[in-house]
Amino acid sequence: MKELKLKTPVRYLINTVLIVVLWTLVTLFVAGAGLKGEYYRGILITIGINIILATSLNVVCGYLGQLPLGHAGFMAVGAYAGAIFMKSTPASQLLRAGNNAAVIPYIIIAVLISAVVAGLFGLLIGIPALRLKGDYLAIITLGFGEIIRVVLTNIDSVLGFKFTYGASGLARIPKFTSLNVIYIFTVICLFLIHVFMKSRHGRAVLSIRDNEIAAESVGINTTFYKTTAFVFSAMLAGVAGCLYAGYIGSLYPSTFKFMKSIEILVMVVLGGMGSMLGSVISAIVLTALPEILRSFSDYRMVAYSLALVLMMLFRPKGLMGTYDFSMGNTIENIVNKIRNGRGSKHE
Amino acid sequence: MTFSLLIAQLINGMQTGSVYALVALGYSMVYGIIKLLNFAHGDIIMVGAYMTYYAIASFALPPVLAIILAITVSTLLGVTVEKVAYTPLRSAPRLSLLITAIGVSFLLENGAQLLFGADQKSMDPLITGSVMLGQINVSYVAIVTILVSVVIMILLSFVVNKTKAGKAMRAVSEDMGAAQLMGISLNRTISMTFAIGSALAGIGSVLYLCAYTQASPTMGSMLGIKAFVAAVLGGIGSIPGAMIGGFTIGILEALVAAIGFSMWKDAAVFLVLIIVLLFKPTGFLGKKIQEKV
Amino acid sequence: MKKVLLFALVIAAFIAAPVFAGGSSEASSSAASGTITIAFIGNTTGDYAMYGVPVRNSVVMFFEQLNAAGGINGKQVKLLEYDDKADGTESINAYNLAKANGATAIIGSVLSGASIALSDVTYDDNMPQISASATNPKLTVMDPDDPKSEVKTNVFRSCFLDPFQGEKMAQYATSKYGAKTIAIFYENGSDYSEAIVQGVESQLAATGLKVVAKEAFATGDVDYKAQMTNIAAANPDVVLMPIYYGEAGRAITALRAAGCKAKIIGGDGFGSVKNYASAADLEGTIYMSGYAPGTPSVAKFEADYKANYNEEVPNMFAPLAWDASLIMAEALKAAEAKGLKAGSAEYKQAVIDAIKGMNAFPGITGSYTFNETNDPIKSVAIIKISNGAELFDEFF
Repeated sequence: MKELKLKTPVRYLINTVLIVVLWTLVTLFVAGAGLKGEYYRGILITIGINIILATSLNVVCGYLGQLPLGHAGFMAVGAYAGAIFMKSTPASQLLRAGNNAAVIPYIIIAVLISAVVAGLFGLLIGIPALRLKGDYLAIITLGFGEIIRVVLTNIDSVLGFKFTYGASGLARIPKFTSLNVIYIFTVICLFLIHVFMKSRHGRAVLSIRDNEIAAESVGINTTFYKTTAFVFSAMLAGVAGCLYAGYIGSLYPSTFKFMKSIEILVMVVLGGMGSMLGSVISAIVLTALPEILRSFSDYRMVAYSLALVLMMLFRPKGLMGTYDFSMGNTIENIVNKIRNGRGSKHE
Repeated sequence: MTFSLLIAQLINGMQTGSVYALVALGYSMVYGIIKLLNFAHGDIIMVGAYMTYYAIASFALPPVLAIILAITVSTLLGVTVEKVAYTPLRSAPRLSLLITAIGVSFLLENGAQLLFGADQKSMDPLITGSVMLGQINVSYVAIVTILVSVVIMILLSFVVNKTKAGKAMRAVSEDMGAAQLMGISLNRTISMTFAIGSALAGIGSVLYLCAYTQASPTMGSMLGIKAFVAAVLGGIGSIPGAMIGGFTIGILEALVAAIGFSMWKDAAVFLVLIIVLLFKPTGFLGKKIQEKV
Repeated sequence: MKKVLLFALVIAAFIAAPVFAGGSSEASSSAASGTITIAFIGNTTGDYAMYGVPVRNSVVMFFEQLNAAGGINGKQVKLLEYDDKADGTESINAYNLAKANGATAIIGSVLSGASIALSDVTYDDNMPQISASATNPKLTVMDPDDPKSEVKTNVFRSCFLDPFQGEKMAQYATSKYGAKTIAIFYENGSDYSEAIVQGVESQLAATGLKVVAKEAFATGDVDYKAQMTNIAAANPDVVLMPIYYGEAGRAITALRAAGCKAKIIGGDGFGSVKNYASAADLEGTIYMSGYAPGTPSVAKFEADYKANYNEEVPNMFAPLAWDASLIMAEALKAAEAKGLKAGSAEYKQAVIDAIKGMNAFPGITGSYTFNETNDPIKSVAIIKISNGAELFDEFF
């Protein structure tokens, strides 16, 4: 009997349906939660931001096989770039007037600006940093991340005019990140990563992870692809930063400390490096976990760290390993299993 | 800046650098042997500092006993962490090990906060007073700190280069499999490394308390990162490298602060690290990594 | 297949969660009819928990005593407690949860950053909010640089603003110490510290003071030796330190070790600095305080705090939090007196009006009247340290 093999357009159709269904579920869920709706909305938005952060770090960490510790720096750059732009637009008045549709072009521009600026920083940092490997790359990206934070804190006193507002914080950013906005951008980011990884370039990146020397010897320009993956990851982190700024409404350099980078890294590793589904799930779980543990209040951070250690001890490859979920494949498998099952009975 | 002020600032830098160097050694040794960036190392210093504080401020023990207590507890803690959290993961991917270390670090920090409270604990300085050398005011703490760390560094070099245990450590860090074939006990050697590294952290914690008189649950994290930077800068796995790295960072910080840029201190440290790594990817005294094809 | 199942389970759990949670939230709001629900939001874990925990302790103690004494208008006050780890995102989460659980007023947050993020959302809901410790002007004013800026009318604070005490510090240095030269040691990256420095600098011309050294440290830094060596070399009459007590203890130890014998004046962050440096190093240091420890008005509070938490009042945030609770309770009383329904828009407005309308309302740290930007107008207590004790000296 012939195996079921879904064509690409069909697969995309399935995924589109899935995305719409999930969106409906999420919207119903928030609407149905009554008084707690706003609370859940806040958490869902945070989850969306964390999903973008985790999956974007996964590009460098899981697919490229490098260990950067400065992801929060790119997020910061994106957040400040997007926020400074949004502050210069009339978005704030429009939002207050309830004219949400008119803000959409500004949001798109802000996100693009954030992506480009963060990408430029990614390029600037990636070119020297990617010459190094392993823990040296980790420590050098950590250094860059910290430098970005220190610069954001002190740039005003150097420039002599108000730009980032230093430690007192960039406030009054229009709060444009609604649940729909975050949902759409999360889907777009995941889609971009998916397309990138399925392309020729994505395969090249994977080959570098598996064996850099072998990749180089078959003519893959490793420096180019390493930098590309790094910049791509930085751009998405910038997008996440921009959306974060639009959710929280005020930015402080101290938010983007080294610990923030670690938090994101923990999400990626817990989910399983190289698994997009893993990153998504662990971003959801790790964002929700401290909220669920709220009733333990004093003990919740201890519980969180204990969970982290235990998880690593019992599942050192992460939740998902390198497994990636594909609705198309799952349907194929199930259908084929049923067909085969039926087929064997007939014979 | 006058000349005497410059010398005073250099001494300041060397005092800070000594503490960095002692902590950096712990990082360096552990990294050299199991290639783990032991994030929990900074927090072991924190525990050591609390031990010293409680011994002196709450139980009024004589300082010598307190110091011994701090070193003992740090050592035991370091070895326990290694046995419980790191040994089971020895064959796991390196990143899992790193995340475990981060988890242990979180656990120690949050646990300490629960046990000891979030507020800093402060005690009267163990060593007070200063001496005028010409026009320069040098505190006794600075003299003691620098001397202690130099002596320890020499002792450690002797242990690693001349004793049997030290040779075992070097062998394991060179080639784990071959060392095992030669009859070296892997577990014992690695534990030994953690024990020595943690004991140094214990000594570091006492020197830290002498200089800054305060212990807080999160004191270890930035100190740990700076010390790790020192270890990388000097060349990981090298004892004199850790010393050079520590002093470089300490003096750099002091000079940057002295010319009025104290807020750029951290940025300067990382910038120097980046520049050095770009030109000498394994630090000042690090071994060149041979890549096997 | 197992993984797919696991995934399905996670998704199912995620979708099922609100069903249970939704049920419980309804239960809590219906049970709240005989009680008044308010929420405390503040960082009780994380890096700055030493500021948040005393605030929480005081707030909890206040409402326990209030409830034991019969509550407000015969109703018990239910105090919800939320930790925000001094993070704006978490404060907003906590606030949304508080609102869902029926809170009608908020006490918090503790640090300025989280408090401002919180005030942005409470302003949208016109939810009464009072912070005991957020000194940043942006808490109550949208844009402090703009004199015509919108004021967040629902947000109050029980501590005083930063620049104000900076002015007092400079005035004290000249009028009491006859100082001609000063050195400033402040925290770069802390708007608290930088705003006080601005206050000091605004008084330089009027007082004729000359700044001979201005040194800073970055937040989180512990090593001040280099800066102190510079200050000692500049040999000022007085050193002004607008920083918090933990850092102040280290700074004073380092200053004395560097051989500088100048007088030291601190800001209100100095409270309980006696525990953070030796008595010998601290002798003669004075600081501006938001309250006067050991005076009759706070004596009962101090005794209760010690009895409840088995430690001395750790810093000025504790008594200020008591006052914040006192102010909030008084305002709730006013709203209750009008017979309004807790949680309704009119109720919230009544609470806000009651706070705004306070005239010399007696708290334990001083009397409260709020100005047009919702900041309290209070006098400064001078605390002098001698023989390792912090003693109230005078009002200045």
